[in-house]
Amino acid sequence: MSSFSVTEPSKRSKWVAGTLVITYALITMIPLVWILLTGFKSPADAISYPPKVVFDPTLEGYVNLFTTRTRQTQEFLNANPPQNWADEIVRQYDMVIVGPSKFGERFMNSVIIGFGSTFLSIFLGTLAAYAFSRFKVPLKDDLLFFILSTRMMPPVAVAIPIFLMFRNLGLSDTHLGMILLYTGVNISLAVWLLKGFIDEIPREYEEAALIDGYTRFQAFYKVVLPQAATGIASTAIFCLIFAWNEYAFAVLLTSATAQTAPPFIPTIIGVGGLDWPAVAAGATIFLIPVMIFTILMRKHLLRGITFGAVRK
Amino acid sequence: MAEVVLDQISKSFGSLKAVDNISMTIPDGAFVVLLGPTGAGKTTTLRLISGLEKLDSGSIRIDGRDVGLETPAQRDVAMVFQQYSLYPHMTVRENLSFPLRSPILRTPEDEITRKVGEVAEILQIPHKLDNKATELSGGEMQRVSIGRALVRDPQIFLMDEPLSSLDAKLRADLRIELKRIQADLGSTLLYVTHDQVEAMTMATHIGVLEDGKLVQYGTPRDIYENPGSVYVASRLGLPRINILPSELFGGDHKGPQIGLRPENIVEGDGIEARVIRAEHLGDQTRLHLDLNGHPIVTLIDVHQDYPAGKTIKIRPNNPLYFDASGARVT
Repeated sequence: MSSFSVTEPSKRSKWVAGTLVITYALITMIPLVWILLTGFKSPADAISYPPKVVFDPTLEGYVNLFTTRTRQTQEFLNANPPQNWADEIVRQYDMVIVGPSKFGERFMNSVIIGFGSTFLSIFLGTLAAYAFSRFKVPLKDDLLFFILSTRMMPPVAVAIPIFLMFRNLGLSDTHLGMILLYTGVNISLAVWLLKGFIDEIPREYEEAALIDGYTRFQAFYKVVLPQAATGIASTAIFCLIFAWNEYAFAVLLTSATAQTAPPFIPTIIGVGGLDWPAVAAGATIFLIPVMIFTILMRKHLLRGITFGAVRK
Repeated sequence: MAEVVLDQISKSFGSLKAVDNISMTIPDGAFVVLLGPTGAGKTTTLRLISGLEKLDSGSIRIDGRDVGLETPAQRDVAMVFQQYSLYPHMTVRENLSFPLRSPILRTPEDEITRKVGEVAEILQIPHKLDNKATELSGGEMQRVSIGRALVRDPQIFLMDEPLSSLDAKLRADLRIELKRIQADLGSTLLYVTHDQVEAMTMATHIGVLEDGKLVQYGTPRDIYENPGSVYVASRLGLPRINILPSELFGGDHKGPQIGLRPENIVEGDGIEARVIRAEHLGDQTRLHLDLNGHPIVTLIDVHQDYPAGKTIKIRPNNPLYFDASGARVT
């Protein structure tokens, strides 16, 4: 080994690396910050050129996102004074709030379908990965390749057959249908990632548990699962991000009841002109759950991404 | 505690015969050591008894009951693995309690606390009970791993080279401790090792394995004094037994090969050998000799000087004889 220290980076290289990372982070954050800011702009400020960085913030976008409004005659407006701050905001366009928009409902659909399919993918994926990792499964390699091959074509290629299948099975525009579909897409990723993690857990732990008086299944959930937590957490993040952001299938297969937020948000544009602040407000709120989930799992994710280095 | 009977058991992995038709009886309360080099089938034999591997043929009876179809849990055996296998997400206390909490034992909490405390005391780890299993040194991990077996009262203890990863002093301490615990509890214990000191000091019976076969089974004294073959004779004794052509020493001999342990070599008369070097170990001196091109290692008087090149005379005394294939001739 060499005599100079190779483990401790010099002050200068730390500084250079830090600057690069911060610069990269700032660049990638520009679109997110722009969405966040646009959500608080008035429609005029949102489309002004050159773009405004400093502006009078307003909650108009958020009000428009969550409500439906109609234009009213001056007599009506004079006879009915505004009831709250939200009402006051829409009065400037001679409008009144007549009810909630569909956004809350669509957002909840996204939550149910996103987390539901993530849970199901992880549940089935963990069991399958454990079986592939530990047991002699006939045609194991072929089955694993088949599972992976479902990821090899663009989802849109199977859109029409799935559309017809769902119609015949009565799964079109249902929560169950979308959960099953996203689980089907995610399961290949889940099985492959989790198999890698479970392969890294030495068998001796389960063998010790078997000898200590536990059944195979008890050994699995008392000894293997806690050690696979890192892998499960990072796999769950990948699954959730896919299911949460998915657009093409959602447009095609959902409409009135099970529509998720991604296909809904663009439709806001059509209501009362190009309402960019409302779109930006919808996008901002839409980002929050994935962000919270990722922050909660962050500790596991960092270790998960380097999964060759899991402590044995 | 129980008697364990292996009846013609065999196990192959692909074309490799790991265990080949082994029959042996492990008496109730015995400390049986399986001795043999890596790959001789020692570990596989343990795993077959524990139920972690399925028998290809033969049968295993624990306390008279055929356990061939039983799960490891049903067999009621405790096992210490070579690589500790402590549950890394648990504390030492949780590791030691784990077998007692199993659905089969369902030990009451106060009993668990008492037993865990007792075992921790024996293994000198009470101050480590609330540490994570991963925060221990190698020696501590192995002691916890032994403790996880000792908290139970199984039919038989199975131990797979439990001391091999410890440093010399700890190994010597635990060797005596294990023997004492086994004697106190009257446990039946099957112990795998390739360390002859462990085998000689702890065993009531030694089984010597070669290529999956049990080649000799008896008391340590019997195995040492009456080895059935060159292979068995080479397993025990330090320095190793010297195997030489019998005609080197002339005269009558019962077989073509002669086996000489240091105590079988008398110095002073006989034929001439040249000293290559002497190793002074303090309590003994190991002498490397050259006898007509054949190397010999023996022990000699500590207080005499044997410079390299010096010639001394040696003769055999009560040697062992073997035929050309290595089998004992008496």
